[in-house]
Amino acid sequence: MEKLKGSLAIIECLKEEGVKTIFGFPGGAVIDLYDDLLDSDINHVLVRHEQGAVHAADGLARVTGDVGVALLTSGPGATNGVTGIATAYLDSIPLVILTGQVPTPLIGNDAFQEVDIVGITRPCTKHNYLVSKAEDLVPTLREAFHVARTGRPGPVLIDLPKDVVASIVDFTEKKPIRMQNYQPTYEPHMGQVEKACKEILKAKNPVLYVGGGVILSNANEELTNLARTLNIPVTMTLMGLGGFPGSDPLSMGMLGMHGSYASNMAVAKSDVLIAVGARFDDRVTGRIDAFAPHAKIIHIDIDPTSISKNVAVDIPIVADCKHALTAMNAWLKTCGEDLDKVAASHVEWLETIKNWTDKHPMGYTDEGETIKPQFVIEKLDELTKGDAIITTEVGQNQMWAAQFYKFNKPRRLITSGGLGTMGYGLPAAIGAKMAFPDEVVIDVAGDGSIQMNIQELATSRQYNCPVIICILNNNYLGMVRQWQELFYDKRYAATIMEVTPDFVKLAEAYGAAGLRATKTSEVEETIKKALELVKKQTVIIDFRIAREEGVFPMVPAGKATTEMLLV
Amino acid sequence: MKHTISVLLQNKPGVLSRVTGLFSGRGFNIESLSVAETLDENLSCLTLVTRGDNSILEQITKQLHKLIDVIKVTDISENEYVEREMALIRVKAENTTRAEVLRVIDIFRGKVVDVSPKSYAVEVTGSATKIQAIVDILRPIGIKEIVRTGTIAMARAPKK
Ligand SMILES: Cc1ncc(C[n+]2csc(CCOP(=O)(O)OP(=O)(O)O)c2C)c(N)n1
Ligand SMILES: [Mg+2]
Repeated sequence: MEKLKGSLAIIECLKEEGVKTIFGFPGGAVIDLYDDLLDSDINHVLVRHEQGAVHAADGLARVTGDVGVALLTSGPGATNGVTGIATAYLDSIPLVILTGQVPTPLIGNDAFQEVDIVGITRPCTKHNYLVSKAEDLVPTLREAFHVARTGRPGPVLIDLPKDVVASIVDFTEKKPIRMQNYQPTYEPHMGQVEKACKEILKAKNPVLYVGGGVILSNANEELTNLARTLNIPVTMTLMGLGGFPGSDPLSMGMLGMHGSYASNMAVAKSDVLIAVGARFDDRVTGRIDAFAPHAKIIHIDIDPTSISKNVAVDIPIVADCKHALTAMNAWLKTCGEDLDKVAASHVEWLETIKNWTDKHPMGYTDEGETIKPQFVIEKLDELTKGDAIITTEVGQNQMWAAQFYKFNKPRRLITSGGLGTMGYGLPAAIGAKMAFPDEVVIDVAGDGSIQMNIQELATSRQYNCPVIICILNNNYLGMVRQWQELFYDKRYAATIMEVTPDFVKLAEAYGAAGLRATKTSEVEETIKKALELVKKQTVIIDFRIAREEGVFPMVPAGKATTEMLLV
Repeated sequence: MKHTISVLLQNKPGVLSRVTGLFSGRGFNIESLSVAETLDENLSCLTLVTRGDNSILEQITKQLHKLIDVIKVTDISENEYVEREMALIRVKAENTTRAEVLRVIDIFRGKVVDVSPKSYAVEVTGSATKIQAIVDILRPIGIKEIVRTGTIAMARAPKK
């Protein structure tokens, strides 16, 4: 058994897990670890704010499927990371966050830069640890990675007291991890699979309702196979976009508050709803008793707590989505039914859905030279062939990106769904670009959100990590303004951005390129120019859009999803 | 509906706060809670009493299971079980009431554990209803102080 300094043991554990890049910000409590990182071949990215470190690690995790790692110092370093951790928690993103802590003898004494970060993050991590003994260091790191990436993934925090990191520890041999009460169920119960399949075969108006679980478990192919074999229309949550090809004729796009008319109508009229890796979030269901009122509900999820939490489920399948869908596809193949006939029997249903789409397609009104944000996204889609990695901020910009970019592949839309964290998009874009330097990465931003982590422009420059920031500038906190317009008599309390920086000059100040488009006729040229420039440097585009444009369809909060406000 | 849930968990710092944090964060109610080490010093047993309909209870059990430090969750009120609480009650016992207090204690099979010229301290154990009953009877005589434990409970062994 090797003896190693704690900090070196941590680095060895990171290498063991295949970690190549970590994001962090130093301080007294982690200075030992930083000292040894300098000589290691792990690539450390110095961010400009700890929230940025966690979001960047999260962005990397979402595009690759690997565990993202962030390293923060004690006290304010750790608390600055909390929003990032909660963001990852709500979207089930695997992260390991290492935080420095004051030396063990000082814990509990209100020492300089001491906070109880384990206590603070208990409700927003999948699990967390304070390593209080040197001998626990290596096993804890290994367990943390295991917990983060298996089952329903999530962020795991390890608090590392300075004396533990500086001590000499045993670097034991790595063994398979077995935990007494943590054995996620990957394989579905075959009886349930059979029940679900029989129900699906009987259905006249089936709908697949797909969430982020399909992407997390890499089940997109199995899902696509099921949908195409039986001709089942597919709707996706924000987190599920890309889990099924957006350009496929069976795709109805997103559902819920800003979902498509066809999606919400189809769910309301469905007789069998197959929820795969989705969690019946209130933004999806609207008024809960009016959600899929006629449907038998089949729900596949690896997390038993997701099942029957908000909506009573008829056929639960606790399993990894990929495993469950594989089992269902296999069962269907050998069940003896004529699947082509079943598929053909859904043609009428698909026709009904097509009529809904034709009646109310995703659209917007043309206002000549006034730039419509939806048009910008359509152009982005066209000029990147729907193949860029799109991160988003939060608000209208996020919804337009979700509605108008066609996500044909998984892990291409990187967005804060559950927590809705403004300031997520830029650091996440940097994380994504770090993972895939050859891909085009675009942060679709709002003028408000982008200012929340704008400092990361420096990180993007320092690490030669160029991305495009496409600001849909309405000079408003637009999404909140939209609610005020519709439900608060247009009383725009605190949503008018009276002072906004000149984003072109701001880009230049950070060594990035700044472009501006104020007319519809300039949009295409500007995007083309940005796609050229981004080969060398980060580009901000300041699109001056129709200021009071709204996101539609919209289901007002608490209403049934069929009660949509339309364009 | 009232449910008594028994939770086997790792005996580690912070584990109890994971459980209580779960209850407060998700708005589940805790009527009483009691926790102590088991025969295996690495494990603790926590008994908690909560209220809720079936769907809430299902969530409570699943959410408890999801905590990584929780090993086993049993709703022991689903089957036959015994439950006990203990109370220490300091009751006024002056000339006129001393005998009466002793009679009440006797009826409830309580024990006097401390005596002073003006009061008795009484120990009683039993179900929550029994404890409540003695409290109700002693109250008019004059309870000066009362300390109650949470409920602890155990499933009955099968009768065959
Ligand atoms: C950190 C944070 N604070 C507040 C909010 C509430 N919020 C949601 S959308 C929004 C407006 C965002 O404005 P902007 O970035 O300009 O985007 P727009 O809606 O105008 O496209 C706000 C304030 C939030 N989601 N996140
Ligand atoms: Mg805005």
